[in-house]
Amino acid sequence: MAILDVKGLCKSFGSLVAASDINVSVDSHEVVGIIGANGAGKTTFVNLVTGYLKPTRGSIQFDGRNITRMPPRAIIRAGISRSFQVPQVFGSASIFDNVLIALGIAHDGQFPVWRPLRRADLVSAADQILDRFGIAAHRDDRASQVSQGVRKLMDIAMATVHRPRLLLLDEPTSGVSVEQKFALMDVIMAALRAENITVLFVEHDMDIVARYATRVLAFYDGTIIADGVPQDVIEDPQVRRYIIGEQLRLKAEP
Amino acid sequence: MKRDRTMACIAVVLIALAVGAPLVPSWVVFIGIISLAKGLVVLGLLVLWRTGLVSFGQSLYYALGAYAVGLAYRHTGLTDAFVAVALAAAVAGVVAFVLGFLLAGYRDLFFAMLSLAFAMILYGVLVKSETLGSTDGFAIPVPTFAGFKPGGADAQGNQIMLFVFTAICTFAACYVAQRYLASTAGHLTTAIRDNEIRVEYLGYSVKRAIHTKYVLAAMFAGIGGALVSMSVGHIDPEMAYWTTAGEFVFVAILSGPASVAAPFVGSILFELTRSYAMEYTPHTWHLVLGAALLIVIMFLPNGLWSLFRKSARAT
Repeated sequence: MAILDVKGLCKSFGSLVAASDINVSVDSHEVVGIIGANGAGKTTFVNLVTGYLKPTRGSIQFDGRNITRMPPRAIIRAGISRSFQVPQVFGSASIFDNVLIALGIAHDGQFPVWRPLRRADLVSAADQILDRFGIAAHRDDRASQVSQGVRKLMDIAMATVHRPRLLLLDEPTSGVSVEQKFALMDVIMAALRAENITVLFVEHDMDIVARYATRVLAFYDGTIIADGVPQDVIEDPQVRRYIIGEQLRLKAEP
Repeated sequence: MKRDRTMACIAVVLIALAVGAPLVPSWVVFIGIISLAKGLVVLGLLVLWRTGLVSFGQSLYYALGAYAVGLAYRHTGLTDAFVAVALAAAVAGVVAFVLGFLLAGYRDLFFAMLSLAFAMILYGVLVKSETLGSTDGFAIPVPTFAGFKPGGADAQGNQIMLFVFTAICTFAACYVAQRYLASTAGHLTTAIRDNEIRVEYLGYSVKRAIHTKYVLAAMFAGIGGALVSMSVGHIDPEMAYWTTAGEFVFVAILSGPASVAAPFVGSILFELTRSYAMEYTPHTWHLVLGAALLIVIMFLPNGLWSLFRKSARAT
């Protein structure tokens, strides 16, 4: 059953067309990789679905509900969450406090002015999340002083506190060393599988895409040029030409 | 989890001050009332400051609170301090709720200047309005407490009662501020300063959070204005003027944003410094205050309260 249904989605910035007639349907529990060169429209697509940008045309349905022009906070409450290419955290707070504040917002409703944030149930839940994402060792470190990998995990951990049904990850392994990328993705995917979350992730590394995605969307010039299982999309002639690059492919062949 | 003893300490200090009030000269009691009342205005600034917002227009709500008390007396004969303070808080809160829809969309210098603009509009209205006393303002009587005037004709006795009442208001405001700052919304103060995008993507409206803080700060300022007006017995448009607003920002910087008690410590020191400076250097007292602020900014960038933290760490 489709959890996300995007029809005829377009976004223009003046004469620049950033998204052009995007049509895609995502089923529950899929893990969808989004690939494309820089400027292909991947992040624009994520920004449109999560309300950061308003589409010029088209519609976005989430679980049968029209969320096309909703503000980000309403979309989050509806059950979609996201992480960012540059992790969006509270730099002056500790890792633990970042997650605790996220939990407080998720649990205390729209006017959380009286109940203390540091109460036993939230503190325990925050510690469990830190454990699940493997960052408990950094619990009391300030968010601005930890590595990019830890910040990425924290960003995603904070995005999951609302127990979203659909999570969009914008380049979860960017800025992380090659050796750490798979370890990072293992932690992320294990944590998300435990929560039964449908995932769309933007990624440039084809090895990561091939290993973790069950389906791939290839973006070029603001639209989807290929959609299917990873192997088929990676072998698609248009994808080879515009995204992966013929030379790179030839180099990779024995 | 470490237990926070801030409220217990505030209660002990306020009780000690209230018990000691009859033993000190009347000018000390007067300075005590003014300090605590203005500290309430600064307490609201602290809530905003933690979010990275500085309001140069809290004099708007300070004056609104005072004029609400004065006009209620003029038109209805109301002198009850409890009702007057509630009325001042309500008037300031309602006006802040309306203006907050506009102000919550601004940050940094724009927020500061826009808040100042509203204060100056009120000042202009008060100065030009004969019915509101114009530049002279008007007098208001000694307050009663639930129909009771403890001092009778004795001015000192009435001031002491008003000091006790101010101390109770101060404790109540500190308790509300402390609960608020310990809540999820309170923790959003620094979170918003760090990263507004993340707050929105956690499902909370940044504008709503700022709007709430703005209304809370205005209500504290309104109560402060009401208490000062009852103590001085007179209100005038200077209460809305930018120099009054600047004084609150001055005390906020002097105090630091670390604790709900800090604004009151800063306010007491400010009023004492000003009183002595005016007494001993009547022509250069501004210089003394400026030098004091300069020293604090250079050596205690987090305000006077950082002295308490340093001594707590040392022990």
